Amino acid sequence: MRRVAIVGVGMTKFGEEWTRGYRDMLIEAGSRALADCNLHGEEIDALYVGTMAPGSLVGQEHVGALVADFMGLTPIPATRVEAACASGGVALRTGYLAVASGAHDCVVVGGVEKMTDTPGEEVASALGGAGDQEWELFMGATFPAIYALMARRHMFEYGTTEEQMASVAVKNHANAAKNRYAHFQNEITLETVMNSKYIASPLKLFDCSPITDGAAAVVLMPLEKAKRYTSQPIEIVASAQASDALALHSRHCESELHSTKVAAKKAFEQAGISPSDVDVAEVHDCFTIAEIMAIEDIGFFKKGEGGKASQEGRTALGGEIAINTSGGLKGCGHPVGATGVKQAVEVVWQLRGQAEGRQVEGAEIGLTHNVGGSGATAVVHIMKKA
Amino acid sequence: MPSENLAITWRRMPERYRLVGTECQNCKTAYFPARKLCPKCRRKGRIVPRQFSGRGKIYSYTEVFAGPSGFELEVPYLLAIVELEEGPRLTAQIVGVSEKDVKIGDEVEMVFRRIQEDSAEGLIHYGYKFRMRRRG
Amino acid sequence: MAVAVGIAGYGACVPKYRIKAAEIARVWGEDGARIEKGLGVFEKSVPDIDEDAATLAVEAARNAIELGRISPQAIGALYVGSESHPYAVKPTATIVAEAIGAGPALTAADLEFACKAGTAGIQICMGLVGCGMVRYGMAIGSDTSQGKPGDALEYTASAGAAAFIIGREKEEFVAEIEDTFSFTTDTPDFWRRQHAEFPSHGGRFTGAPAYFRHVIGATQGLFEKMGTRASDYDYFVFHQPNGKFPLEAAKKMGIDPEKVKPGLFTPLIGNTYSAASPIGLCGVLDIAKPGQRILLTSFGSGAGSDSFSIRVSEGIVEKRGGYKGWRLSDYIAHKEYLDYALYAKHRRKLKSL
Repeated sequence: MRRVAIVGVGMTKFGEEWTRGYRDMLIEAGSRALADCNLHGEEIDALYVGTMAPGSLVGQEHVGALVADFMGLTPIPATRVEAACASGGVALRTGYLAVASGAHDCVVVGGVEKMTDTPGEEVASALGGAGDQEWELFMGATFPAIYALMARRHMFEYGTTEEQMASVAVKNHANAAKNRYAHFQNEITLETVMNSKYIASPLKLFDCSPITDGAAAVVLMPLEKAKRYTSQPIEIVASAQASDALALHSRHCESELHSTKVAAKKAFEQAGISPSDVDVAEVHDCFTIAEIMAIEDIGFFKKGEGGKASQEGRTALGGEIAINTSGGLKGCGHPVGATGVKQAVEVVWQLRGQAEGRQVEGAEIGLTHNVGGSGATAVVHIMKKA
Repeated sequence: MPSENLAITWRRMPERYRLVGTECQNCKTAYFPARKLCPKCRRKGRIVPRQFSGRGKIYSYTEVFAGPSGFELEVPYLLAIVELEEGPRLTAQIVGVSEKDVKIGDEVEMVFRRIQEDSAEGLIHYGYKFRMRRRG
Repeated sequence: MAVAVGIAGYGACVPKYRIKAAEIARVWGEDGARIEKGLGVFEKSVPDIDEDAATLAVEAARNAIELGRISPQAIGALYVGSESHPYAVKPTATIVAEAIGAGPALTAADLEFACKAGTAGIQICMGLVGCGMVRYGMAIGSDTSQGKPGDALEYTASAGAAAFIIGREKEEFVAEIEDTFSFTTDTPDFWRRQHAEFPSHGGRFTGAPAYFRHVIGATQGLFEKMGTRASDYDYFVFHQPNGKFPLEAAKKMGIDPEKVKPGLFTPLIGNTYSAASPIGLCGVLDIAKPGQRILLTSFGSGAGSDSFSIRVSEGIVEKRGGYKGWRLSDYIAHKEYLDYALYAKHRRKLKSL
């Protein structure tokens, strides 16, 4: 296997993007990534697009070819990758494997979702497909409800509190306010979160990530070629993915994501490092409880101490480990298929020292963690300054 | 959505109407919803139908205030993961109570209710929900 | 009768929710105390949002199977009587059969005869079981009845179900059905046209020419047919559209009202329509002793009455004693009150949803 580096990154502003459509957004992100490493396009020999539900959301399938077409990249192979909310992360891993294996030399990985063109209840139904349609969604489960069931278990087993979960939202909004690409540009208080209405108890409106439009893209190359295109290549030193039961009720334990634990353990083994070596991490916080579970399951904190650590500021900028400097899914927004790629973009910026007002000083090693559904897929990447 | 193709509903009736799942005779693991392949034994597994008692305990719960379409009249409703006494867990509504009335570990029993209907002219989908297991 | 047939299992179901007559009266500016006194009804059951005649029938049927210890696969006929079948076309009976695990070797149909469709099912099952066509028949009366908002019926129209397994093995009887007699005429006292949301009724016409003529006609017809009289019976269960009619009917026939009261549940749960007199029978079977006799007379608008002479069997003691499910008294005690606003939501009277 060849060593692989990210040479270029780009993303759109995340948010409610009324003036741009599905294809416009990915083209914008892709063009920025290409410009970032001064590529013209002829060098690219494969394209992977992470996207969850364009068929349900904008009525469009077969988006691999669509994007190749509108980016002027035909006739290269263009493939759509789907793993629910982990589509972006799994697309990144697919591109990584294509370069590492020697099959391709220059790969663009994009992630995109256009969500605000669709009425809210239809978005909810489309996202619901990430769970078990016949045995969860049919019975009245929504995604907030499924994560609420995990939150209730976490509270029961570890004494996690609603205030601790709320502190994650406060921290991620504070980070998002420092990120001009983020959906939310405002800080919020603990009271705002605590006083917001229940969506699915114990989760409140401000515990939930928003419905967002956006796209992100990265360019991958073998490490030995990377220096020709960038002075700051970022090496992907680990790429690991795991699966679990689709339905939450079929899992062994509901206060952790076993898929995250497995993928993270493998990733740390591949990279030859331990969780304490990581300086900055983008983790999957579709709900505040998801970030608490993620920082435990990845190994940054002991199981059951994620809530307390969040409340104590240990995951904030300037804390022990900066979690979700982009604002995370909660603050930066969660255009489902784009999220996993956006996480990589943010970590690359952090490792290059380009993260503007939210820079983690001297960041050397970064991690991304992307989850599909309620944890049936988890994918972890570790990146390092080359 | 969430209304369902009638053939899906029809195929699921033994499970949804009366909790018929499966069991692997090789490893004696019970499965609900039914699995046609034992994930533990795979090719060595021998799957047979199994009737579940309908008794179980609340493993986790949430009160849903923003339901999917089709549940407009039901909100707020209590949704839970129920651990059946035979082992498997499932997701279902708990009827007749609100959040303050339940805690993890409470005993529940299966009831037969409407789950959702497609529209005023469409199919009515029935299936299991649970209620607190107590008298009076 | 030619062959002895009897009840091998029975079960009831009443929804948890109640609304007080006084709360309904408040909304319409009526005097609650006067309504309670006038109708003899203090509160009525209200189905949950996800309950209908099919779900109530299933629960009653499961209770009957548990008490009767009958394999659902041995049930060869299943009839559900209701005036609120969830579908205009598509049987409730098949939903019940699938849910209890009966069939596919089964004959089934839905019945409709206003409030007596449940007892009509009992008679059909008696015929099929008695002639040997099926081993067991199940007859269910189940309703989630509706009264037009503001109409007198709104104080009483309620929800419930009762199920009976009819068999012919005497050792399996909880009670033997000694005989039955029906009294039927074309009397338009109450109806609901196709597609109409609420029923219409003839006001005071529902009394003498409808309820009383048929209930008394069927009851006295059964006395004559069998050569029995009121003093031969320990309990009388009459259709109970309100709390007063059954007692008045008893008075007209010279029956001790104390023999009627144990089977009179309308004051507490309202008129459960097709389930009304069947629920009354369940309540009496829950307390009756072997050897005691019960006279049951239903009434269905339109109009007709079915009378049954029932003798409680020895087998009731063991079946009743071993039963772990919900009894009628559990359902009646297990209640939660709704105000009119929540009642309107439960009964889907909110127009935009």
